Amino acid sequence: MSYTFALAGNQNSGKTTLFNQLTGSNQHVGNWPGVTVEQKTGTMIHHHHGNQTHIGLPSIRRRRRRGRDLPEEFTDVNIVDLPGIYSLSPYSMEEIVSRNYIVRDKPDVVINCVDATNLERNLYLTLQLLELGRPTVVALNMMDEVRHRGDAIDIGQMEQALGVPVVAIAARRGEGLDELVRRATETAQSHTLPRKLDICDGAAHKALHAIIHLIEPEARAADIGARYAATKLFEGDAPMMEQLRLPPETRHIVEEILAEMERELDMERAAVMADTRYRFIEKLLAACVVRGADEQGGRSDRIDSVLTHRVLAIPVFLVMMLLVFYLTFGPLGSFLADGFAALVQDGVNLVARALESWGVAEWVRDLMVNGVLTGVGSVLSFLPTILILFLLLSILEDSGYMARAAFLMDKPLRKIGLNGRAFIPMMMGFGCTVPAVMSARSMNTQRDRRFTIMLTPFMSCGAKVPIYALFTRAFFGGQQVLVMSLLYLAGVLAAVVSGLFLKRVVFHGDASPFLMELPKYRLPTARNVGRQLWDKGSDFLKRAFTVIFLATLVVWFLQSFTFSFRAAASVQESMLGSIAGLVAPVFAPAGFGSVPAATAVLTGIMAKESVVSTLAVISGVDAQSTAMLTAIRGVFPSTLSAVSFLVFVLLYMPCVAAFAAMRREMESGRVALATVLSQTGLAWLAATAIYQVGRLLGLG
Amino acid sequence: MTESVRRTLADLKPGDRATVATVGGAEALHRRLLDMGLTPGVQVLLQKTAPLGDPLEIHLRGYALTLRLEDARNIGIRS
Repeated sequence: MSYTFALAGNQNSGKTTLFNQLTGSNQHVGNWPGVTVEQKTGTMIHHHHGNQTHIGLPSIRRRRRRGRDLPEEFTDVNIVDLPGIYSLSPYSMEEIVSRNYIVRDKPDVVINCVDATNLERNLYLTLQLLELGRPTVVALNMMDEVRHRGDAIDIGQMEQALGVPVVAIAARRGEGLDELVRRATETAQSHTLPRKLDICDGAAHKALHAIIHLIEPEARAADIGARYAATKLFEGDAPMMEQLRLPPETRHIVEEILAEMERELDMERAAVMADTRYRFIEKLLAACVVRGADEQGGRSDRIDSVLTHRVLAIPVFLVMMLLVFYLTFGPLGSFLADGFAALVQDGVNLVARALESWGVAEWVRDLMVNGVLTGVGSVLSFLPTILILFLLLSILEDSGYMARAAFLMDKPLRKIGLNGRAFIPMMMGFGCTVPAVMSARSMNTQRDRRFTIMLTPFMSCGAKVPIYALFTRAFFGGQQVLVMSLLYLAGVLAAVVSGLFLKRVVFHGDASPFLMELPKYRLPTARNVGRQLWDKGSDFLKRAFTVIFLATLVVWFLQSFTFSFRAAASVQESMLGSIAGLVAPVFAPAGFGSVPAATAVLTGIMAKESVVSTLAVISGVDAQSTAMLTAIRGVFPSTLSAVSFLVFVLLYMPCVAAFAAMRREMESGRVALATVLSQTGLAWLAATAIYQVGRLLGLG
Repeated sequence: MTESVRRTLADLKPGDRATVATVGGAEALHRRLLDMGLTPGVQVLLQKTAPLGDPLEIHLRGYALTLRLEDARNIGIRS
């Protein structure tokens, strides 16, 4: 047998933990068709004998993979993890996706994961899921915490009140999962629909039932439950109005009914429905829950008395962020990154020697070693950094601190059209744009993600430091600190100005309200953190071997051959050199219209590390030598042109690896491309303005 | 819907408790406020404001919610 279970629940309800527990490593991440909401699916196989159920038998999985049929007593289940939501309103993509999936794709069972320590708000979604009229099982998660707190929940009573099976579980400890699966499977087999709940009374009850009767034919025609349809109309739900195709006179009567009810109750219709649901829940909880002596949320409040304290909060936050930054990009991070890079280099050398000893043609060797391996190797060296960063970030996220960070930083970031959650990507941008862009995933809406990602590259990344250092030595007598500070500030300024511009012109209007739960502090579980790391790591590797791999090949090709496809003796002679020759005049107004400078700009697109090495190779000197300083002064005739070049390098498009990450997280190649082109345009404008104004002032 | 001098959630001081009287806001915000449990009649506690004065942390229905001052102005209260 094979079934589909849909997993629905609030954010922070432990739904991800439950999903990971049920599916193990059998997960697939994709997108919901037609929209850019992440869809996670997984499979689970379980086994019943008698009235016992066991989840996930590895030996069965292997058997299954070999294509053999499952014996009778095993059930194969697909699990679809719906987005974490608080309601089924028509105002967010995540909520629309969830309700449409349940109504149209008709999963065999909806498992509603509920945080049992926070029942009042969690059950609000439960009631809406029940309105959909599909087979449902409620999983009361975090029962271990409920017990620990000294509370008691009468499960039988709750089943009675809700009219669906209710199972107590503790997903993070694996408690109750077999029972949950057993009840869900039973519900799927018997196709038991939830009992119809009459949650409303008085005028609301009268209005709802009038609407149910009125729209019954249209609801049947549209294959939507009449009660669900009527409830949505009650709430003033525009998409439901569309779907039902009500004739104008029916619409008019519905409107009349609701207006009448609003007058009678002196309350607006959506408020009436929300109030009705919450009152039902209050009554239910009064009957089913016995509170212990422990005060609610005591521990979290105590932690927050320091972490969101009026005076201490900001210093504590800054120390934490510096710590994250330091661990990721400081000694530990660079030790691992360097070690890994050395390992990759050893591998490359090994292959190079092997190819040589096998007598492989030189151009093939060059392609393999300098094109493929070196390119992919340089990208692979990002991997340790990404893993450390996401280890720390997922600990912060799962513990509940990330929501507090957003709480603290919301006010300043709002000024440029973002919200508090944008702080992390922005800060990580000073280290490396690739993980910074990937960390924007934690933002709730696509608008916020895209907006944040557009500004992140302006935070000057670590790979640009050697460029600044070289130029400072060559032109500014070693005023390292001053020059670097000014450049970093200029980057932040560019982000602020762009933010203000984007807020006015591109992203106006549809900012989602910043209404966020501050979840209770909890210890992160190794399993969830490990899962995060695996997802991020494998996602990055996949890209390293596709987009970035391709880009590396192209650059190698352009660098190694002339337009007549002969091996190029030097970079200048190569296609890249010729293209740089064509591009160079574009940079003349900015004061660095020479071919070497243009070549460095082009290879900088591959990796910012290449800017210095390209300049060195073209000048034929060692990058570390003093001859390099003289060579640089030859390429850039004046200090002003050097400043202009630095500003251009600071602001222009990030490297290919970052672009690939942007494309992925923005969920659109076009938007990502438009972003990096705009950045390059802005960089050119800024550089040109500096150079021309400087010249007018007689500095050039 | 009939208060003359309307006090809102934004007028509360940390530690103040109040009962929600009206919930305003344009469509999406209005609905989201309701969904998060801010319905007429519910008891709320203003736990604290963020160190920079905005947003707010309120406690209601057994959980903690943060919202911005400008959004809190849509919620009328009676003390």
